Amino acid sequence: MMTVVFAVAVLAILGALFGFVLAFASKVFAVEVDPRQEAIVEVLPGANCGGCGFAGCSNYAESVVNGTAACNKCAPGGAAAAEKIAQIMGLEAEHSEPMVAFVRCAGGNRAATKYNYDGIDDCAADYASLGNGMHYCTNGCLGHGNCVKVCKFNAIHVVDGVAVVDRENCKGCEACKNACPKDMIVMIPYSARFAVPCHNVEKGAITRKFCEAGCMGCKICEKKCPHGAIHIDHNLASIDYSKCQHCGICHDVCPRNLIKQLDEAIPYVESAAEPVNQENTNA
Amino acid sequence: MSFGQIVSLALGAILIENFIFSQFLGICPFMGVSKKVDTALGMGVAVIFVMTVASIFCYIVNEFLLVPLNLEFMQTVAYILVIASLVQFVEMFLQKMIPSLYQALGIYLPLITTNCAVLGVALLNTQNGYNFIGSVIYGFTGGVGFLLAIVLFASVRERMDFTGECPKAFEGFPIALIAAGLIALAFMGFSGLKI
Repeated sequence: MMTVVFAVAVLAILGALFGFVLAFASKVFAVEVDPRQEAIVEVLPGANCGGCGFAGCSNYAESVVNGTAACNKCAPGGAAAAEKIAQIMGLEAEHSEPMVAFVRCAGGNRAATKYNYDGIDDCAADYASLGNGMHYCTNGCLGHGNCVKVCKFNAIHVVDGVAVVDRENCKGCEACKNACPKDMIVMIPYSARFAVPCHNVEKGAITRKFCEAGCMGCKICEKKCPHGAIHIDHNLASIDYSKCQHCGICHDVCPRNLIKQLDEAIPYVESAAEPVNQENTNA
Repeated sequence: MSFGQIVSLALGAILIENFIFSQFLGICPFMGVSKKVDTALGMGVAVIFVMTVASIFCYIVNEFLLVPLNLEFMQTVAYILVIASLVQFVEMFLQKMIPSLYQALGIYLPLITTNCAVLGVALLNTQNGYNFIGSVIYGFTGGVGFLLAIVLFASVRERMDFTGECPKAFEGFPIALIAAGLIALAFMGFSGLKI
């Protein structure tokens, strides 16, 4: 009987001791969390996409409170979230142009292949295999959909062997951009209406042999662009969106009909002199 | 303890008597947190940490409290108490003092409170009659064995996800259990090691 009482007593004392130590420790080691941080976490979409460059929503909220991050970094939350965060922080929101992902390739099934790839259904695995992937063009989309797997917003799909971004669903979180082993994906402004879906730097004669959808670097678009917004660099056209007026002349003159009109629903203005106004493009 | 004894203790805990594959302790976090190699690594490191610290404190409680009072039969209960409060304390301590380590281990630490491998290491230390240094080494290397097991297993699971050739009926948990059994069979090969 004595043993039982003794055992209970020892354990009770031990438990009470640990309890006091923990209670004391919780006071000593208490970490103060700024109430604003919790308020910001509430406002954020909670997708933890990492598009802001921080490890998840709460980490971003912490950085905003510390003053090391701007209010408008949350792409999925957009302008609404930026405004609410600014309210919480007592600042004016800075508006930023929403960015969307764009795949710099239109080859896919139209690009010639060296061999039939029969390995793991994964872009990185294909790229690491014989001759940097199955296509002759080593700068093209492999179409195994690593980007599709990481997209949390169902905004990117593989169509005819090449990844295509759905601009309406894209939140600009850059997850696909980071998942692509070939750096095929770039971020372009949502208002952009034309883009060059090619990333191939071979000379025109070689490109013509292995891809029906490759840029040959003929420079016609560069010459015809009235705004000086499109340039050929390493046999590849690229659009400077700070100068682009969305007139669509490059799209019309391209001999391979390569330059992609992103917003098929809206007819672009024929006249180059008249810049398209913002309301139309954003509709 | 001689160097030879320490090596044989370490090899025994890591390979021959691996906590997961031959003693089947700590299976819950082993199955739960092994979907990705990254998280498996975090869990493994947290287990090493907690096992080492738990070995130290359980040895002290046993040697200076339970044995002098003839209360050895209370070991299991006392160890649970010690480990649970220890993990809580360590979590609070890390959050305040070493935030970067807390960020890395944060979510795994509370999970370990109920990890039977941690309780197992404390009880085995007492059962096998290890002294203080022996207990610490057994705790640490037991954790290393856990890390090895969970990282190996997470790599296998990642690879199984990639190939996508698993029959529909076995997808997910069933095939993971089969894979764990196969790795455990492979680890039986180490039981022939004599040091």
